[in-house]
Amino acid sequence: MRDTLTSLRYRYWPDHLLGEILSKRWTETAIPVILLLIVGFALSRSIDHFLSPASLADTARQAGEIGFIGLGMALVVIVGGIDLSVGSIFALTDFCALYLLDVLNWPVPAVVVATLACGALLGAVNGVLIGYLRLRAFITTLITLIIYRSAFDLLIQRYSNSIAAAFPDIPSWNFIGGGDVFGIPSVALVYIAIAIFGHIFMTRLRPGWHITAIGGSRRSAYNSGIPVRRTIALCYVASGVLTSIAALFFAARLGTVGGDIGVGLEVIVLTATVLGGITLGGGKGSVAKSLVGVLIVLLITNGLTTLNARGGINRMALAGILLLAAMVDIRWQKNRTRIISKVYVAPTYHALPPPPATEIGQGGPFEQNDKLRDVELIGLGRIEAPEDVILDRNNNLYAGSRHGDIMRFFAPDYQRMEVFAHIGGQPLGMAFDRQDNLYVCIGGMGLYRITPDGTVEKATDETNRSMHSVNDDSRLRLADDLDITDDGLIFFSEATVRYEMDEWPIDGLEARGNGRIICYDTKTGATHTALRGLKFPNGICVASDGQSILFAETFGCSIKRLWFAGPKKGQVEVVMDNLPGYPDNINLASDGNYWLALVGMRSPSLDLAWKMPGFRRRMAKRVPVDEWLFPNINTGCVVKFNEQGKILESFWDLRGENHPMITSMREHRGYLYLGGIMNNRIGRYKLDNADPNYVQYDKRWGKAS
Amino acid sequence: MKRFRFNQQEIVFAVFAVLFLAFSIFLRGFLTPENMLTLLQNVAVLGILGLAMALVVIGRGIDISLIAALAVPPGLVLQMVQNGHSLPASLLTAVLLTIAFGLVNGWLIAYAEVPSLFATLATGLLLAGLGQAALFQLDVVQWSDGMQGFERLGQGTILGVPTSIVMFAIACVVVAFLLRQTRWGAYIYAIGDNPYAARVTGIPSRPIIVLQYVVAAQIGCFAGLVMAASVNSMPTRVFNSTLIYDVILVVVLGGIGLSGGRGGVLNVIIGTLLIGTMLNGMTIMDISYAGQNLVKGVVLLLAVITDSFLNPRNEETAQQGDI
Repeated sequence: MRDTLTSLRYRYWPDHLLGEILSKRWTETAIPVILLLIVGFALSRSIDHFLSPASLADTARQAGEIGFIGLGMALVVIVGGIDLSVGSIFALTDFCALYLLDVLNWPVPAVVVATLACGALLGAVNGVLIGYLRLRAFITTLITLIIYRSAFDLLIQRYSNSIAAAFPDIPSWNFIGGGDVFGIPSVALVYIAIAIFGHIFMTRLRPGWHITAIGGSRRSAYNSGIPVRRTIALCYVASGVLTSIAALFFAARLGTVGGDIGVGLEVIVLTATVLGGITLGGGKGSVAKSLVGVLIVLLITNGLTTLNARGGINRMALAGILLLAAMVDIRWQKNRTRIISKVYVAPTYHALPPPPATEIGQGGPFEQNDKLRDVELIGLGRIEAPEDVILDRNNNLYAGSRHGDIMRFFAPDYQRMEVFAHIGGQPLGMAFDRQDNLYVCIGGMGLYRITPDGTVEKATDETNRSMHSVNDDSRLRLADDLDITDDGLIFFSEATVRYEMDEWPIDGLEARGNGRIICYDTKTGATHTALRGLKFPNGICVASDGQSILFAETFGCSIKRLWFAGPKKGQVEVVMDNLPGYPDNINLASDGNYWLALVGMRSPSLDLAWKMPGFRRRMAKRVPVDEWLFPNINTGCVVKFNEQGKILESFWDLRGENHPMITSMREHRGYLYLGGIMNNRIGRYKLDNADPNYVQYDKRWGKAS
Repeated sequence: MKRFRFNQQEIVFAVFAVLFLAFSIFLRGFLTPENMLTLLQNVAVLGILGLAMALVVIGRGIDISLIAALAVPPGLVLQMVQNGHSLPASLLTAVLLTIAFGLVNGWLIAYAEVPSLFATLATGLLLAGLGQAALFQLDVVQWSDGMQGFERLGQGTILGVPTSIVMFAIACVVVAFLLRQTRWGAYIYAIGDNPYAARVTGIPSRPIIVLQYVVAAQIGCFAGLVMAASVNSMPTRVFNSTLIYDVILVVVLGGIGLSGGRGGVLNVIIGTLLIGTMLNGMTIMDISYAGQNLVKGVVLLLAVITDSFLNPRNEETAQQGDI
């Protein structure tokens, strides 16, 4: 009863979503958005006409102006700096626009161009000092703030009267200041256009990525060849230009140059930036965050002004929010990974009946023996982590290595060894196609093809994105094993969509169906997901009928069969379940049966823990990773089974000297070749009663011409 | 490298000497007793603030909120006395406020790990806003009868030396003692030199950082009292001025690298003399306030550029968020 309840609770309650949602970048934007909604709601309740069209249009105009400066500030903060001089640049460019228009009577387009150029120039001063001379951004822009402000003060002493005296009545200028299209103010339209461009720039274009990379780690960015100094300098130029755009709209709207224009603007914009969730110190941020931050700050300051708060209170509120936002931001950035790693592991209920006996004297097909004790060793100490081994038609032996290579051992004695191909990721399952191309599943990379001359080509590294997953499951995280059908379909397993290659044991701790089987069509190059929700799918082998595949679910401890063609197409059938160990690769045997590797044997403690998800969750939260209860992969065996699900024979290394753990095996000319992902050797075992001329791919594809 | 490093103080001192000489010769009214008195008095407050800033900068921080500490607690003293409280009680309240303020600063920087520039920028606004909104009735808090005798802190002379100069000297001695003779002074240098190494060595860096900001705020408050005493009022609007940049200027020009771990009281004195002379000279030359700011800004910029060449940032220990 209790087990049933637990099983129902864990089947229908999506525990795994919390960690996945928290690890999404957009959750960081979600928090400011929620804050914005709360502030907006609170103010609309306490102030009349807060949401009236006129009030909204007015807010939109101000938001547009501050929004431009916010974008510039976001840019320099993302690149790892800060720009305090925006207030003074704002004042100076505002003066520049009005001076050119009112005193020198320039035409409006020329004024616009000249003002933008002025902003770029002022920003360039910051840019050269910070980017090229590598001064500290804060102190430098603090100084340019004083210098620009003093220059502005000196200028308005001379020209404020002549500017105040002029009343330009130019339609295009008035449109900039007060025009609208379908009720949307001009400034908001321009802001939207620039924001959309900014979003594409930051997320899709190379310079935008460079900016984020520099903010994330300046040194690494430099080492990877990004022009760090130039990029930083250009960010400050862009900040200056964006500020001057804001100043243009401001100048056109109000047309005055008061002494206090832009004073304290930097604090407002900075507050907005931090409040939006753009991390101080760089590397993180987006246009949307900048916009949300600006809106929050504007609503609060406008709201306080409307409520007749004293100047000091306004100041305190702004500073208080700024501090709070900075604190939350910094603490969250610091502890984010820890929090996520605590909640990410979401174990589920997984009950298995007691396993069949394997002890000596108990009988049964799994009874332990010592057959693998005296295997020949190939490449001892010269190869690391051969997860899978395979032999070609010329009897050469191939195996993956931890260093991202496919190694080739030459027949007949397998002493000579060479790097057949370098891929860069951990090679897992392998299979030859009709043209002797070697297809390899690479953990973390996808499915790769190696031509007989050793050229590496990517076959596929993505599949269709499923609609209901939070994690992006279109990329392949852990392609594991594959087989090729007669029609050129490649079925390969992806063990988990929730963990990376190096974290695969944690998936065993979760025991959720996180894996899937994916089909790649060599004819069309298309990839699609054939079956999902599997508990660590692993070995794959085309069955004798040519219409179905056998696949192993490692943590499901079962072998299943999936029909991909014929009358039973799409059906899944259990071939064997409740295995005493965790099944890994499946391969053909010369007598028409199948070889299966058990990478490790089940243990009563983990079987029990699998029925207790709450226990495993507490363990994942409270105990350091290296003390977690993981599936045992120290001892396993090789078994032979038939399509009816009957175990015919088993092979053990009882003393655990040569091949205690085995992830794969291949039969070839009367020998069984053994690979293991933790091993530094390949085993070669002489089979009794086996066909001495059996070559897997001669049998599958016919003799080579 | 070494050749440059020990030369900086001397260069600045030489510049000061040349400037002083030039002003004395070419500027009428510069080398008069009254002007010297004004110069020194103006410089005294700046110098005391410079000491506070130096303390923080040596520990690889910066305290933008010093002006708030200068304006608000002394303003509170004047306001409370005006409202009829006794002077000692008012002073005690101000000191407690300052300590609380320093604790907030220190906690934010040491424990919440907000960058010091940022934290003090915000707390300064917060304190100034508090003063503006809740503490003061007018922007300029006036002297009242209850303050009788307290003006001696900033006016008059002791043994022929203007009191504010004596106050500056006392502050210098105290800070020099703290930095050179006590254990936590050595800790501050260690933290400023390499915070991670200091922490690994077992130095209680967080409490020391907090202490640093508390002491800095306290010195700021002291400077404010001296200032209020010398002008017989507390213009709290001083917060809006560019005084803080002068303070940074004093520290950086004096040769205390912003990357921390270097410098001492002597640097502050030299920096103060140079800035004082410069400002005084410009005032006599009748350069407008904005013009003075312009010149100051340019000089500060040059100083920071020079500083970045003489004391380059240590990329190994510079933090990622260290802006």
